[in-house]
Amino acid sequence: MDLDYSAEQQAFRAEARTWLAANVPHEPLASFDCAEGAKQHREWEARLNAGGWAMVPWPVEYGGRGANLLEWLIFEEEYYRAGAPKRINQNGIFLLGPTIMEYGTPEQKARFLPRMASSEEVWAQGWSEPNAGSDMANIQTTAFLDGDHYVVNGQKTWASRGAFADWLFGMFRTDPDSERHRGLTFILAPLDLPGITVRPIEQLDGLPGFAEVFFDDVRVPAEHRLGEEGKGWNVAMATAGFERGLMLRSPARFQNTARRLVELAREHGEGVEPGIRDEVARCWIGAEAYTLETHRTVSRMLAGGKIGAEASLNKIFWSELDLRMHELALEILGDRGELLPGAPAAGAVGSWLDDYLFSLSGPIYAGTNEIQRNIIAERILGLPR
Amino acid sequence: MDFRFDEDQELLQTTVRDFLEGEVTPETIRALWDTPTARSPELWKKLAEIGLPGLLVPEAHGGMGMSEEELVLLLEEVGRAALAEPVIGTAAVAVPLLADLGGSLAETWLPRIAAGEAVVAVGHPVSPFVEDAHVADLLLLTDADGALHAVPAGEAEITEQAANDPSRRIASVSFSGSEATLAASGQDAAQLLAATLDRGALACAAAALGVCDRLITLSAEYTSERKQFGKPIGSFQAVKHMLANVKVKLEYARPVVQRAAHSVAHADPQRAVHVSMAKLGACEAAGSGAKTALQAHGAIGYTWEQDLHLWMRRAWSLERAWGRSPFHLGRVREALFTGGIPIGPGTTFSADA
Repeated sequence: MDLDYSAEQQAFRAEARTWLAANVPHEPLASFDCAEGAKQHREWEARLNAGGWAMVPWPVEYGGRGANLLEWLIFEEEYYRAGAPKRINQNGIFLLGPTIMEYGTPEQKARFLPRMASSEEVWAQGWSEPNAGSDMANIQTTAFLDGDHYVVNGQKTWASRGAFADWLFGMFRTDPDSERHRGLTFILAPLDLPGITVRPIEQLDGLPGFAEVFFDDVRVPAEHRLGEEGKGWNVAMATAGFERGLMLRSPARFQNTARRLVELAREHGEGVEPGIRDEVARCWIGAEAYTLETHRTVSRMLAGGKIGAEASLNKIFWSELDLRMHELALEILGDRGELLPGAPAAGAVGSWLDDYLFSLSGPIYAGTNEIQRNIIAERILGLPR
Repeated sequence: MDFRFDEDQELLQTTVRDFLEGEVTPETIRALWDTPTARSPELWKKLAEIGLPGLLVPEAHGGMGMSEEELVLLLEEVGRAALAEPVIGTAAVAVPLLADLGGSLAETWLPRIAAGEAVVAVGHPVSPFVEDAHVADLLLLTDADGALHAVPAGEAEITEQAANDPSRRIASVSFSGSEATLAASGQDAAQLLAATLDRGALACAAAALGVCDRLITLSAEYTSERKQFGKPIGSFQAVKHMLANVKVKLEYARPVVQRAAHSVAHADPQRAVHVSMAKLGACEAAGSGAKTALQAHGAIGYTWEQDLHLWMRRAWSLERAWGRSPFHLGRVREALFTGGIPIGPGTTFSADA
């Protein structure tokens, strides 16, 4: 067991810190779920990409830096430490990107990855349908092959970033006689194709963070199929693993929230009930535990290991920790905890309320925590289905 | 940076697991409950043959010369087996304390411990009761001034206190300190006591991981077999989810314990906070495992006859030894609120602050 960074790793950290200090915007950007914010975030991503920091762990040929996962964790620590913007293309760079890396053809990798790294093309998720939420195998949107195109009909919903994205990925039923998880195919579709209608949906915070996407005889080039026809479920499981697991929920995010929470509690001094202080300490411990477990996982992966059903443990842990931290912050803010930042008496309430609303979505998206508990019980503990 | 154990360490863990599976069973544990000491000198001798009591004893004194990193792996097995012999008190706490004290104490006692010929109990101000004082050959005790004394068994007055867990044997101990028994005083004693507390708490945390793991396994096995409404109760989501919750707690306690072991082994400046995080997380996981396992078993789990309570009681005992949860949470809270520890991204590992 070696818990020290090498000289190279420390140099990498210093390099990232220097670049971020010189480039991170001084003022926070508007939310990427509004038109103005989406534009600002695309500009930030372009700058990040020009600096060579957009996709640190990707191969250089795809717009990355060729760093390993440990260096990626270091970069993420510096990124959050610098207060850099959220990643508008997270569906692409953290979820679809690694999936293309695993299942894509050389042409697909060359076609999609560099433009994903630069956020020239921003991606939306097309998982859920009106009748396929937790029961994702119940997908009914069809994509039937006609020559060299798939003809797509149906409806996706809760498509994250759908309102301002360029492309959508998802699973479609390509075999009309198939049931459940058989006969599904993973397809990438540009959102500007004729027959596609995107209807943004306002989320709990009032912004159009996701959308309904309607497909009416939409012709998608068959070359945009990812993986084999009928094997979409396997491809999607890889994507879901990335979503629940390592890439998107780097420990730095939760450590940063824990740090802000501790500082908030310190600032409020004696006004904070002892019981709340204890809970704050527990949250900080939780963020540290998540960090340690992630480093353990990354060490294992660097030695050739894979992450499997244990991604479900991660998902429950980070989502419930994140929610708890935001609940506590609102508790510490007391009477001001319900005030919007512009309210006359709000003072420095910061973004805790907005972030609280976002944290409420954690136990739902990427597979509800109830589904994750089923996975843990059945696939890790071996309980009967 | 490589947060993994090497093959030799994992092999050692497997060896000890296999050994304990063969030697320690619910039957042998229950049989010991009915003896006056609840301890088995024969088993202790066998444990010494595989190197457990002398794991931290330097090779020069006949031990294995290993560190807390190996120790926590093996203590997890001790917990999984619900082994009651004084491994924590003697191997994890007394050995490094004797080594720190050095001199004739170390020279006399370390080889005897490694050979399985001596049990050494340690008293600490964090708890008024001394574990395994009743079978100790030597007691390391603290006086009212915070000085450390090495007291031969015959010179201490030991009053046993029957406890909830028949495997946990504790006693009130009084003694008359003298120049002859004095081992350390003043600042030296304070530092030794601080290190001792951290070693005891770390050891309990590691054993609690094994206890929790076993509680989950027992529950998974039982609920896969037991049928109600025509199917195994483990197929019901209510049962699945409560066991999954314990599994989450366990898997997020384990790396914290392993890091704390590294911090103790390398005298990390944040050792005390790391240990308290570990003790809190592991003992809460085990405590939650005990409650959940009982609920999963239902009425049969509430019987003396069912073996489940062997591990439930271990979970409760480990929670009470070497500082209960509020104590350890308090240490972390104080460090956080007084700025005693760096926080935020990039501060977890000492070198990168």
